[in-house]
Amino acid sequence: MSNEQILTDLAAIVEEVAGVDQAEVTADKSFVDDLDIDSLSMVEIAVQAEDKFGVKIPDDELANLKTVGDAVTYIASNV
Amino acid sequence: MTRLRMPTGVPGARMLGLGSAQPERVVGNEELSRQVDTTDEWIRKRVGIVNRRIAGKDQSLVDMAVEAGGKAVADSGLGPSGIDTVIVATCTMPAGIPQAAAQVADRIGIKTPGAFDVNAACAGFCYGLAAASDMIRAGSAGNVLVIGAEKLSDWIDWSDRSTSVIFADAAGAAVVGPAEQPEIGPVAWGSAGDFVEVIGTTPEGRIYQEGQSVFRWATSSITPTALAAVEKAGLAPSDIDVLIPHQANLRIVEAIARQLRSAGARTDMIVADDIIESGNTSSASIPMALDHMRAAGTVRGGDVMLLVGFGAGLTYASQVVICP
Repeated sequence: MSNEQILTDLAAIVEEVAGVDQAEVTADKSFVDDLDIDSLSMVEIAVQAEDKFGVKIPDDELANLKTVGDAVTYIASNV
Repeated sequence: MTRLRMPTGVPGARMLGLGSAQPERVVGNEELSRQVDTTDEWIRKRVGIVNRRIAGKDQSLVDMAVEAGGKAVADSGLGPSGIDTVIVATCTMPAGIPQAAAQVADRIGIKTPGAFDVNAACAGFCYGLAAASDMIRAGSAGNVLVIGAEKLSDWIDWSDRSTSVIFADAAGAAVVGPAEQPEIGPVAWGSAGDFVEVIGTTPEGRIYQEGQSVFRWATSSITPTALAAVEKAGLAPSDIDVLIPHQANLRIVEAIARQLRSAGARTDMIVADDIIESGNTSSASIPMALDHMRAAGTVRGGDVMLLVGFGAGLTYASQVVICP
């Protein structure tokens, strides 16, 4: 799966969970500072991403995923 | 071989009456934010609670169970003499002995019923309701009073901001009786004892929970159980009129609703949000939310409701129920 495809699918999850427009969900955006997503929503996004991409995103790894790009890179290297 | 005679049983069970009880005293977020390091905004955003009810020293768990149970018995039209079994779901009795059910029954005026407590924490009401329905179907019981009752305030460390803003006191009850046409569906239940450590009590007897682990579990593992209950009842998610999840945290309630809608539930499905004014009352939350919603006219007789309990243990249980 390409990074572009992961980003597209991840953006759809972010929109469903947090109500953020998919177009806003770009690699350089910080989940907390730019997209106003709190830690509970991050857990929900992780749960759905695990399901979608077949990866494990434990809480301690989740804490390191500051930007959308971090998440895409993590998913791409752990699928 | 000696053959034992067994009762014949009936096709199904249904709810015949509802009742609930809460302490008088309302504790708002502002009051709590003067006691611990928190704010009204934080509590509303993260937990969704605005007010909760906290009992004083003069109001026990049994007192609240008697009030809620008595109302449900009156609402059923049966009267205390029509009830032969009493189940109290609770995890906050002051001690393991004595249990709650027998004394609650006695104070309501139910003479010599079968009486026992169920501890499945916040899933307790759904476990008790499943037991009641199946005992009636098997013919072991006639009409059963099922009560969820909790005095969580006795188990709270009021200096712990992660629990003191969440938990509250209440009781909710339903009378369940026989039905030719089943109105309580098959239960889908289970447990995850490997996560036992995420919710518990300290050696000092104070509740703790690992919030993020509980949130992750509740938002990943509970919707599949709810969908299993729908499937077992022979229905589709789009048949559900009303969703009543355990009122753990509004964010969890909303996540379960969102996931069910992704699986086909309707956008106009009504979702219980009793936690906003009542807090998290563990096993009392589902029957109390139902009672409050029926009183407000939010749910009506005949509505197809999906009950979803989940809590410490970890335990979970879900069933479809037709609103009485």
